[in-house]
Amino acid sequence: MTIFLAILVGGLFGFVLHRVGAGNPQNLINMLRLQDLHLAKVILLAIGFSSLILFALLATGSINETHIDIKAAYAGVIIGGLIFGIGFAIAGYCPGTCLVGVGGGRKDALVFIFGGLVGAILFTLSYGGLVATFPAIFSNLAGGEVSVANTGTEFSGLSGSFPAFAVAGTIAIVFMLGAWMLPKRFNI
Amino acid sequence: MQQIQWNWLKGGLILGAVFLLAVILVKPIGVSTQFVIFDGIVWNMFSDDVVQVDENSTSGFSSKNAYLDKNGGKYAENIENPWNYGFIFVLAMIGGGVLSVVLQKPKVSKEDKAAPKVFRESGHGNRYLVAFIGGVLVLYGARLAGGCTSGHMMSGMMQTSLSGYLFAAGVFGAGIPVAIFFYRKSAKGAQ
Repeated sequence: MTIFLAILVGGLFGFVLHRVGAGNPQNLINMLRLQDLHLAKVILLAIGFSSLILFALLATGSINETHIDIKAAYAGVIIGGLIFGIGFAIAGYCPGTCLVGVGGGRKDALVFIFGGLVGAILFTLSYGGLVATFPAIFSNLAGGEVSVANTGTEFSGLSGSFPAFAVAGTIAIVFMLGAWMLPKRFNI
Repeated sequence: MQQIQWNWLKGGLILGAVFLLAVILVKPIGVSTQFVIFDGIVWNMFSDDVVQVDENSTSGFSSKNAYLDKNGGKYAENIENPWNYGFIFVLAMIGGGVLSVVLQKPKVSKEDKAAPKVFRESGHGNRYLVAFIGGVLVLYGARLAGGCTSGHMMSGMMQTSLSGYLFAAGVFGAGIPVAIFFYRKSAKGAQ
C-alpha cells in the first residue's frame, strides 16, 4: 500500500511540476531574475490554497494529525537556504524539478543530479565535523519544531491561544492575494 | 520552443491539491533526503561498515557516519531497505515527468535539452559545469537546512512552519541577486 501511494503521489507530483513549467530551468531562472513571475504566482497560490484546506481539515478533525510534520528551525536553515539560493539561481533546478527535467530528456538536469549527489555526500561526510566545530548552527531557534498556527498536540504553535484556522487562514489569504496581484514581471 | 504550460490559476490549484493529497494520505512531500539515501546505497555497495544492524538503535540500524546515524539511524535503515515510500516517491516523480512529456506537443528542442535559452544568451560557456556546481551547492545547502523547495518551502509554509519561512527567506535572499547578476547579459522579459 505504501509503495502504491508513493507511485501515485510521486507520479502526480512529477506530472504536475512538469505541467506548470517547473521542469524547465528557463522558467526558474527568469523567475529569480524577476523577468517571468509565472512560477512565483503558481507557488504562492499552491501554498495558500493547500494551507487553507489543510487547516480547515485540522479544525474539523478530518485529517490524521500525526501526518503533520514540522521541521526544526535553526541558523543552518537560513545559511543552507542562502547556499541553496546561489546554486538554484545559476542552475535553474532544485532537487525536485531536476528529476522532472531529466524525465523530459534534459541533459543539464542529469548533470545537476550528479552535482547534487556529490553535494549530498559532501554534507554527509562533513556533518560530524560541522556539529563539533559550530554547534550553534544546529541549535534550535524559537523552540525548533514550531509553526505559526497550532497544528495539534505534537508540535507547538507561536500564535498561542489564537484559533489556528483564523491564523493560518489569514496567512493563506495573504499568499493567495499575493499570487493574484503579483505582476507577470518587474521592470528591472 | 515553449512547453505547453498550465496557467498560474489552474497550475497553482492543482499543485496545491497534490501537496494536500500527500499530507492527507501519508506525510508532507520532501525530496532532498533521497539524494543522501542514494549516495548511501552506492556507498554501502563498496563498504561493509556504512550500515550495521544495531539492536540498540530505534530503527534497528546504525552507521559509523554521524549524519546517517542521526535520528536513531533512520537514514541507515532507509539505505538498507531502499524500497521505502520516500525513495519510490522520487523515482515515481521522474516517471510523472516522462508521462507529461510523452503527452505533450511540441517537444523540447535539442538545444533546450542541453541548456535553456537564458543560459545560451548569458555569455557563460559551459552549461554542464554550471549545472554541476549548482547541483553541489543546492544539495549541500538543502541538507544543511534540513529540506528543500518541496519539504521546507512548499510543505513547510503550507503547515506555517517557522523553518519554512526562514528557508524561503534564505533562498530568495541569495537567489534573486545572484540570478540578476549572473544572467545580466541575457535578454529581458518573459519569453
